[in-house]
Amino acid sequence: MRRDLISIDDSARLVEQVRRALAEHTPLRIRGGDSKAFLGRPVMGQEIDTRSHRGIVSYDASELVITARAGTPLAELNAILDAAGQMLPCEPPAFGRDATVGGAVASGLSGPRRPWSGSVRDFILGCRIITGDAKHLRFGGQVMKNVAGYDVSRLMGGSFGCLGLVTEVSLKVLPKPRDARSLTITIDESDAMRELSAWRRAALPISGACHIDGKLHVRLEGGAGSVRAALERIGGEDLDMGFWESLRDHRLAFFDDARPLWRLSLPNHTPLMALPGDVLIDWGGAQRWLKSDAAAETLRQIASAAGGHATCFSRETGIEPFHPIAATLMRFHRQLKARLDPHGIFNPGRMYADF
Amino acid sequence: MTYAYDERLDGSLHAHEKSAIVTALQALLPDMQLLHATEDLRPFECDGLSAYRVTPMLVALPDTIEQVQALLKFASAHGVPVVARGAGTGLSGGALPLEKGILLVMARFNRILEIDAEASTARVQPGVRNLAISQSAAPHGLYYAPDPSSQIACSIGGNVAENAGGVHCLKYGLTVHNILAVEIVTIDGERLTLGSEALDFPGFDLLALFTGSEGMLGVVVEVTVKLLTKPQSAKVLLASFDDIEKAGDSVAQIIGAGVIPAGLEMMDNLAIRAAEAFVHAGYPVDAKALLLCEIDGAESDVEEDCQRVDALLRTAGATDVRLAQNEAERQRFWAGRKNAFPAVGRISPDYYCMDGTIPRRELSRVLKGISDLSAQYGLRVANVFHAGDGNMHPLILFDANAPGEMDRAEAIGARILELCVAVGGSISGEHGVGREKINQMCVQFNSDELTFFHEVKASFDPDGLLNPGKNVPTLHRCAEFGSMHVHHGALPFPELERF
Repeated sequence: MRRDLISIDDSARLVEQVRRALAEHTPLRIRGGDSKAFLGRPVMGQEIDTRSHRGIVSYDASELVITARAGTPLAELNAILDAAGQMLPCEPPAFGRDATVGGAVASGLSGPRRPWSGSVRDFILGCRIITGDAKHLRFGGQVMKNVAGYDVSRLMGGSFGCLGLVTEVSLKVLPKPRDARSLTITIDESDAMRELSAWRRAALPISGACHIDGKLHVRLEGGAGSVRAALERIGGEDLDMGFWESLRDHRLAFFDDARPLWRLSLPNHTPLMALPGDVLIDWGGAQRWLKSDAAAETLRQIASAAGGHATCFSRETGIEPFHPIAATLMRFHRQLKARLDPHGIFNPGRMYADF
Repeated sequence: MTYAYDERLDGSLHAHEKSAIVTALQALLPDMQLLHATEDLRPFECDGLSAYRVTPMLVALPDTIEQVQALLKFASAHGVPVVARGAGTGLSGGALPLEKGILLVMARFNRILEIDAEASTARVQPGVRNLAISQSAAPHGLYYAPDPSSQIACSIGGNVAENAGGVHCLKYGLTVHNILAVEIVTIDGERLTLGSEALDFPGFDLLALFTGSEGMLGVVVEVTVKLLTKPQSAKVLLASFDDIEKAGDSVAQIIGAGVIPAGLEMMDNLAIRAAEAFVHAGYPVDAKALLLCEIDGAESDVEEDCQRVDALLRTAGATDVRLAQNEAERQRFWAGRKNAFPAVGRISPDYYCMDGTIPRRELSRVLKGISDLSAQYGLRVANVFHAGDGNMHPLILFDANAPGEMDRAEAIGARILELCVAVGGSISGEHGVGREKINQMCVQFNSDELTFFHEVKASFDPDGLLNPGKNVPTLHRCAEFGSMHVHHGALPFPELERF
């Protein structure tokens, strides 16, 4: 099926809108598909919509690099890669059909493959941004290695638009694995964690590991031989590959629950811990989703004590979404924000009340 | 270029009475070793780029983090510039001292604090050598992936400062992909942790920003690295080509076929002959190019991919393809490549190693450009290339004792880097900008982009006391450099499209 790809360079309009906002001292709320608008603090500002600035700027499969405008639908980028036998290994969640490439980069969220493949920021090679003084600049590039100047491109990953408006991004991509299988075994969480640890030491080609409702779901990706050998070692029943997308986009029944949703990011070897609520273990233990009414401070203390942090994914709760940052470190966040966005026009307050 | 700090172009520095600084520091930090006699300072006057030499005002050798904090606080209060140095193996003059500055040598922070096999992490002090981490992790079947060619000597703190690479970057990434956290001390003496033991952390990605920042934002005092499980199997293929373009095309075909080699290295004839004469690796000395392709992973997958790559290489026109038959032969194949720099050092009194990156598809055009420049400047250039990730290391052969040759070597080096930028690449893949490529930064970035970098710097170090004159040029320097360049004939490579 031929798709009609829309390619429009609308950067001039975006620059103009930023320039106007600067002149009028109006803060801007940056939006793409708004699929992740629920994450972070509400932003009071004039909307600046990146979706009109879209399309693939360049893609050469043998270079393993794709460059796309921020407003390009994430699904479109994924489809183009898929057709060429490649993928974005960090599989950023879409949370609906409207997600854009710019939003995936700005939110920095990664999918189930993250512990084995790397995160969104790991795949960022370069970007163009509109700065706090309405300049349209280019950092990084389309090459795998580039250490000239500061790594501004990766800094943009997960910055929620607070340091500048990302208009274009170059991402490293990889070939899809030759073979991929998923399976489910019935096992309690503590045995599951023990097995995962042994499989890690044995370098099994695992690219997804999620425990929920007394079952461990495992994805294997690699050459035919290593996947077959791992299947034999692990056993269990076949699992539909669609499970991973449902997990990535929070479409599993677990997420359908009125209580606030929390994400705990923990060191990968963190032992099982009693958490006040229902738990889904992902990333082989390094990411734990929690449905809980417990107080935010309680959950943050638990996460901090284990060397990690907790993010609240439910907006209408009045809870500060992001884990507090130590005062000295916060000072450098404020200083960076003040230098790069001196008039505070980009997404003020989206991450923290301080900036 | 004139490599010494030039206050007219790089910004003015406070002048201090050396004896007053020494006395004050001795009183403040009586337990910290301080070198200030000229003969003691000599060993520190250069890093791995030994053509650039400056004697520092004094050298501080702290062995506690508290001393580093106190020293930086002192420097901040008195406006004394500080250059941090690890093992001093850097190739871009990033640790080149300042006559008016303190050289902060982190070599004594040489302890591995913890290897956590269960978490697959190591917590180390910044002066620990890169290879020592892998050696300590080896009993657990683990290793640290980035392997710059200086790995027996270079320190992990320096690796973080330069975002060091190596021959396995395409598959395993750079330093930035292989560290979890760094502890740093800022110029005002604050101790900060960037990153976390978890896979992500709240706030901005200051860990990514700090990695590769060349000592401009803070001083690394501790690093937590990720360790990987050693691959079950690693095999290497050696392919010979009678045409360098065919070798380049075969690289695209290997990657196009969905194979991500652990290492993919190319050498041209001059580099092949130099390496063969030096280590007798069994290289084909008549070949125009050779390609080393290492595949690692599970035994069966490696087997399968080796067959696939073998067939691809032959179809791409390789005149010969050999699979290393055993570990000894694999090591020998690699020894030639890993010793390519010293091997070239044997056939020329001096050589100058460049570090540009290019999109791989531009390889033939860039090699042709280098060969033209080589003829124009009358200097031989040997090419060693991390083909998988587009990182070139042209080695310019010259004789520093022959009048004018050093200047010609620097000039052709600068032209090569400009060529890399013109085809969409970068002036540095892994060695860093340091002092060496400070002028070429003006080619890669415009004044607004450089200003943005200066703002980043100012958010950590508003007075510009950490490593001044490195990494990001002042606009003043670029203005001067730009006008000089126009004298030499408009823009370099006017025939090339700019992007």
